[in-house]
Amino acid sequence: MSTAQIIERCQELFDDLNFGYAREWKAAGEGRKVVGFTPVYVPRELIHAAGMLPLGILGGGDQLEVIHGDAYYQSYICRIPRSTVELGVTGRLDFVDGMLFPFVCDVMRNLSGMWKINFPGVYVHFFDTPQNFDPEIGGRYYRHELEELKEGLEQLGGREITDAALHESIALYNENRRLVRAVYELRAREPWKAPTSEVYLLMRAGMTLAVEEHNRMLVDYMAAAQAEDRPRRDNCRTAITGSFCEQPPLNLVKAIEIAGCYVVDDDYMLVNRWLMEAVPTDGDPLENLSRAFLEHSVETSCKYVEREQDKGRFLVESVRSSGAEGVIFAAPSFCDPALLDQPMLQSRLAEENIPYIALQYAENSGQMQPIREQAGTFADSIKLWE
Amino acid sequence: MSAPNKPEVVKDASMVKQKEMIARNYDLLTSTAEHGRKVSSTFVPGNLNELLMCFDMLNNLPEINAIQNGMRKASGGMIMAAEKAGHSEDVCTYVKSDLGMMAKGNIAPNGKPFPEPDVLLLSYTGCYTFMKWFELLRHEYKCPTVMLHVPYAGDGVVTDNMRNYVVKQLKEKVIPTLEEISGVRFDIDRLREYLRESARAEDDLVWVLETGKRTPSPIDAYFGGVYYIGPIFTAFRGTPDATEYYRLLRQEIEQRVAQGKGPVTPDGDMPEQKYRIVVEGPPNYTSFRDFWKMFYEDGAVVVASTYTKVGGLYDFGFRHDPDNPLESLADYCLGCYTNNNLPTRIDMLEKYVNDYDADGLLINSIKSCNSFSAGQLLMLREIEKRTGKPGGFVETDLVDPRYFSAANVKNRLESYFQMIDQKRRGHHAAATA
Repeated sequence: MSTAQIIERCQELFDDLNFGYAREWKAAGEGRKVVGFTPVYVPRELIHAAGMLPLGILGGGDQLEVIHGDAYYQSYICRIPRSTVELGVTGRLDFVDGMLFPFVCDVMRNLSGMWKINFPGVYVHFFDTPQNFDPEIGGRYYRHELEELKEGLEQLGGREITDAALHESIALYNENRRLVRAVYELRAREPWKAPTSEVYLLMRAGMTLAVEEHNRMLVDYMAAAQAEDRPRRDNCRTAITGSFCEQPPLNLVKAIEIAGCYVVDDDYMLVNRWLMEAVPTDGDPLENLSRAFLEHSVETSCKYVEREQDKGRFLVESVRSSGAEGVIFAAPSFCDPALLDQPMLQSRLAEENIPYIALQYAENSGQMQPIREQAGTFADSIKLWE
Repeated sequence: MSAPNKPEVVKDASMVKQKEMIARNYDLLTSTAEHGRKVSSTFVPGNLNELLMCFDMLNNLPEINAIQNGMRKASGGMIMAAEKAGHSEDVCTYVKSDLGMMAKGNIAPNGKPFPEPDVLLLSYTGCYTFMKWFELLRHEYKCPTVMLHVPYAGDGVVTDNMRNYVVKQLKEKVIPTLEEISGVRFDIDRLREYLRESARAEDDLVWVLETGKRTPSPIDAYFGGVYYIGPIFTAFRGTPDATEYYRLLRQEIEQRVAQGKGPVTPDGDMPEQKYRIVVEGPPNYTSFRDFWKMFYEDGAVVVASTYTKVGGLYDFGFRHDPDNPLESLADYCLGCYTNNNLPTRIDMLEKYVNDYDADGLLINSIKSCNSFSAGQLLMLREIEKRTGKPGGFVETDLVDPRYFSAANVKNRLESYFQMIDQKRRGHHAAATA
């Protein structure tokens, strides 16, 4: 299978705002259930071990006309909650049995309450993660939160989630994270072989597909990408940061590349590489998931950084390890986490002499010319002056 | 030409007392070089004043400094200074006002510079921005920071797991850090005494707030309420001063009740109460008096508000409990208004509209505050549906003068009051048909 064929399939999944794949998956077996989740992180292993399909809900993108959603939000609130509401009230999520709203910010937090009111028949849970990373304090709290989520899913599914099932699911998601990282490494090594416009769609497909199917797709994509001969361009190498919740329109992802920037790292859809090391597949699975979160999860704006000297370290290390020459801060408008963090991260990059630019978008931004100009100028400045 | 005579503002004893308390606190904060007491910065919701007092620490609240700067019309320049330094136009103006104040010399309302904090007590309750705010301050001050993560009651309940988590953080993180910084050993009996004192003041505060149920209401529970919550939400809860303030306030309100008077406003006693309103959301501080005037000039009195609950849901029964000191502090933090989920907040509003016999709910939606604002349009519709009372919606900001459009706000308020009139006429017509 060629990269073009794989990406065509990903594009179909991306374009389908009626979530046909998930509907079909649900209809294919009696009693099957689908559990949606919003950014950034939920332990998908628990949903999978309950025999359910985890479905990433990342807003409506630029193809969804938001009519009802705007009646729920004032103009100064970002777009992802309003397009998510639009998906809900227009019946596009009427097959979804449960919705998890993990902690990101106050807007998404409050959306969980709105969902409870608007969709009383759906299992709705605000999923909290600790901001204290001591195993005896935050770890204990988080272990109980995982237990609570497990019980909620058991009630929804009418069956117990066994440790054996959880171990199996953890193994599958370990494999998924390993493959996702492998794609990221391939792109960092040879970005002309795995352009971000493709990698993005490939990762988006993982928000919809069953993990087993996504794992096969990742393997196929890497094989195809390695085999294909693609021209290497004289682009600069950049890392994108700030796009972990509301997603940029696909045209923006493409525009940055067209402007002369290879993207060698990003924080789109962090759920698929949130845990940076494999979670053990023996022992107490909830404890293992808890430890993995405390000790091996990525740094992003919705996590507290305990020590000032560590603030921004993760970004600097990602720039170094991916070989990026500069950073593009691409944050959604009105995104408190990304925008409040930005000055601190920029200051850390400045200390390290890493160049950066900042731009803002909404998931339905349509005008790409300014983005191309800004990214192109950045690429030129790196090429010419660095 | 001589200036027109301004009517003399008559200050009640409680007002004088509060002014004196605030001035004294700012004097203490700005003279640490002389007395050597340590300073903690912390937030209003989930404010652990009694605990800080156990370590002889002073409590500096950046939200209150932003409010002071807003009321003095100084916040606009500070916000722009922060934006020039790279902070986004889209984010909280409390934060930018605070950072801008630093950039402009960090001057307290008494004209003297604030000291650098010895510790940032990040009581992370009900507002995401708090976490980033203190990361930003830590970035500037490079001082110790201790985080108290208070879980959001997303499913409408406070679980044992949440409470235990907060208590454990208090015991194992917050208290040891404060001991280390202050050099004072923690004494739980000292904490019990402060909590006992807090509960006394809390009883009187609730009594005052609940007089809004009376007709006429002797208080304005939003604009006046901002002053009433001042001592208890800030650096004074747990002190005899706060108890005394609420005793005086209660006496004054008792007197107003006995005399059948409405609330006192900047222009004197409010003579007529045509509309009884429940308000959701914080006020605007840069045009606080103008905003208030738009209400009392049209005969609108606020009988209950949610803003007066951001620092604790005392009217729903919470009291600091000296017998369970740390658990009580945990429950206090977990119960702050914005730490409750939307369905709980809607239930509270419905209760206020009904119990306070209000004509409707008005939302002042604050651009800066997603914790309050995200979801308010749904809240409005739900309350209209459940109570049959009309809802109104205005948009302003906390301390950014660019987002207070007086003509627009006045226009919307007048339309809202007309809507209430119309609704009444409809009811009257139906009743007499």
